[in-house]
Amino acid sequence: MKISRRHFIKSTGTAGFALWLGLSAKGLPQKHTAGSALQHFSPFIRIEANGKITIYNTKPEMGQGTFQSFPSLIAEELEVTLDQVTILQSNGEKELGTGQRAGGSASIRTSYLAMRKVGAAAREVLILAAANKWNVTPESCYADRAKVIHKPSNKSFTYGALVEDASKLELPKEPKLKDPKNFNILGKSSKRPDVPLKTCGKAEFGIDVRLPEMLYALVVRCPVIGGTLKTFDAKEALKVPGVKKVAAVERIVGKYHYTGVAIIADSYWNALQGRKKLRVQWDTKGYETFNSVEYEAQLRKLGDEEGLTDKNIGSVETAQILPENELEAFYETPMIAHHTLEPMNCVAQIKDNKLEIWTSTQVPSSVTGTGANDLHKYVGFTPENIKLHAKFIGGGFGRRLYMDYIIEAVNVARLTDKPVKVIWSREETTQQGPFRPMTFSKMKAGFSTAGKLMTFQHKVISPSYFESFQADYDQSKVDSIMVEGIGEQAYEVPNLKTTYVRAECHVPVAAWRSVTSSTLAFAHECFIDELAYKAGKDPMNFRLELLSKPSDSKKVLLKLKELSSWDTPLPQGTGRGVAIWDFFAGLCGQVVEVSHHKDKSITIDRVIALIDLGEVVNPDNVKNQVEGSIIMGLTAAIKPGITFKNGEVAEHNFYDNPLLRIHESPKIEVHILADGGKIKGVGEPGLPPFAPALANAIFAATGTRFRKMPFQLKTE
Amino acid sequence: MITLTINQQPYQIEADPDMPLLWALRDLIGLTGTKYGCGVAQCGACVVHLNGEAVRSCVTKLSRAAGQKIVTIEGLSKNNDHPLQLAWNEVSVPQCGYCHSGQLMSAAVLLRENPNPTDQDIDNAMAGNICRCGTYPRIRKAIHLAAELQKKEGEAK
Repeated sequence: MKISRRHFIKSTGTAGFALWLGLSAKGLPQKHTAGSALQHFSPFIRIEANGKITIYNTKPEMGQGTFQSFPSLIAEELEVTLDQVTILQSNGEKELGTGQRAGGSASIRTSYLAMRKVGAAAREVLILAAANKWNVTPESCYADRAKVIHKPSNKSFTYGALVEDASKLELPKEPKLKDPKNFNILGKSSKRPDVPLKTCGKAEFGIDVRLPEMLYALVVRCPVIGGTLKTFDAKEALKVPGVKKVAAVERIVGKYHYTGVAIIADSYWNALQGRKKLRVQWDTKGYETFNSVEYEAQLRKLGDEEGLTDKNIGSVETAQILPENELEAFYETPMIAHHTLEPMNCVAQIKDNKLEIWTSTQVPSSVTGTGANDLHKYVGFTPENIKLHAKFIGGGFGRRLYMDYIIEAVNVARLTDKPVKVIWSREETTQQGPFRPMTFSKMKAGFSTAGKLMTFQHKVISPSYFESFQADYDQSKVDSIMVEGIGEQAYEVPNLKTTYVRAECHVPVAAWRSVTSSTLAFAHECFIDELAYKAGKDPMNFRLELLSKPSDSKKVLLKLKELSSWDTPLPQGTGRGVAIWDFFAGLCGQVVEVSHHKDKSITIDRVIALIDLGEVVNPDNVKNQVEGSIIMGLTAAIKPGITFKNGEVAEHNFYDNPLLRIHESPKIEVHILADGGKIKGVGEPGLPPFAPALANAIFAATGTRFRKMPFQLKTE
Repeated sequence: MITLTINQQPYQIEADPDMPLLWALRDLIGLTGTKYGCGVAQCGACVVHLNGEAVRSCVTKLSRAAGQKIVTIEGLSKNNDHPLQLAWNEVSVPQCGYCHSGQLMSAAVLLRENPNPTDQDIDNAMAGNICRCGTYPRIRKAIHLAAELQKKEGEAK
């Protein structure tokens, strides 16, 4: 068994940075000649005369597997094996463009062809360089495992021997891509090179960064969200051994500016001791009266408002529906925290008016970028004076799309010229947000007297994502993020209306894995199920009847029906549920089977998932992602969310805001559809269909309909 | 001065005896494979071995660890080849990987005490380790595989 692949992994470090000097970027593919020994065929590929091949991964690795899958696209076309390349993580370098971010399950679906072209263009010039040397036609040569081979004579050159000549050639703009049937890497399961680093403690996450003379810091933040700093008394805290400095620092998250009190010490432990002695007074500004129970009641009330129209097909108002053929339901989901297991943290140093940052971030391009909302705007350093070291991410799930913890760390770093590591405690990571907003859904639909589904309405009541980020958010417009996906399901309903009612909110909200689909799919797909029962139809067949035209959703459901043996009856006390969700990130359908026991508890017997990808890079990694999405979906379905009492988050740590554990995790089967169709994402689509498929299965087994998350796996 | 024996190496550190072993390992000694996840013995990211037993280093004071034999993920094997590490790689268990130092250290004690664990045994032994990425099905699979590898290793010896 060959397992260790450490020999081709190198951590990113200062050595990586020097490579970028003197390069320019004018679109891709582009060739760079940066010196005699190093040849850059594009910013993404470096081949050295000694044969060493480096591919830059621009998608931060947070567990989704892009550390391998993104370079795989290049390696496949370059005709090198993954064992022959060193993968380096990019650090927001200008030359690698503004796409250095991981979010929206976008890495592969948006780069699949572009990155293959980068690899193919390099391959073609290497072949041409060899052909010229031999004075033969390029057509008589081929590339294989980092060599160019002349077919008739079997002569060969290594890529290293060709780089100098190849670098003088023009890169083809439209290189010929490989026929997928000749793929060596894409579509085949392989071991991820970051895995060995993660089994021996060597993978360096942001929180693991250690620098000479580094100091440690924590920030005491107002427990009442929205409160401001009145005064603090650091006298006693400063007497604690190791405590160096105590000062107010600002954190910016979206439109919200918060001020906390930083304690800098020679160790995190000593900073924690200092914290015990620090006295802080906050002005809670009236937010101390904020309670979830009342807020949720307000949201329910807002359900009566008409709201802003998102999608409007046909006319739900004029369709003739008899009252007895109508169905209404109200669904509720909670706020939740991301709970990345690596708490928020960031190392920053300011020296000679230059800012250097070491952290786990999903958005390296935003840390070093020149965009209007990039880091420079918040910290007062010009982008060229900001240097980033992007580390492995101990869980992202959307939380590390936001730079609030980086901005705050920069403000802490202003207090010293030494590097300083700011660590958030689990409690702070749990309580300070931003959180996934709750969504409440008011559903209404109606059948014709002939039993045809005529109208379907989904009204979303929730705080606004955009409003949390833009002080000048236009409330007269629908927040498209908050109605994500609900107007775009493939079901054919002649009259469809989706609407949005904005709820006032002072708590910062954020994208959370699969964004609003993580909550809206629950309401939408459970209500479809309710309609199936009202129509007296099997929930799978009811859905298929709404999908007369060809669509990816129909294809997935048909296949899922077969994979789950849907038509095989289950014993008494057990039930099957189905759900499917098509949204920006991709498409996945799931069938869940549950048992209802004598003590009224419910167990999940198995989950069958089918993810539709169009093209797949590493099937085993996809399965891992879907398994994880299902477990995260189950966690969100049955574990408590974030609630407020007297303005403060009532939950603290995993003891009162628990996550799913191994003994609660069900059997999961993941199947992949990769039939060459539209390329879809991997990291998120497995999440939205799980909760509704589970709730639908529970209804099938017990007759109890859960319309509020979280729900317990038992009946009354 | 506190003396710690970590991965068979002696270390002398100047620290508050109340400081949790976790922070001494990470910040004073530089063994960052052991992770901070919750600080209250809930998540298991910080599990190390103290005289062969799995302990949460986030709540293990230096005064308790002093003079004892400590093994961290860095010392689980010399070449990343403990049967569990081999299995973890073979099954491609980790996603983000942050929790897996702790997962492996908990699993190592399980496998030593119970060379042939059932799913139920695994659930019982591993319930103290949270994986936010949800790699639980693979953790189960890899522990079973490691049990096989350990058996073969034993037979080979």
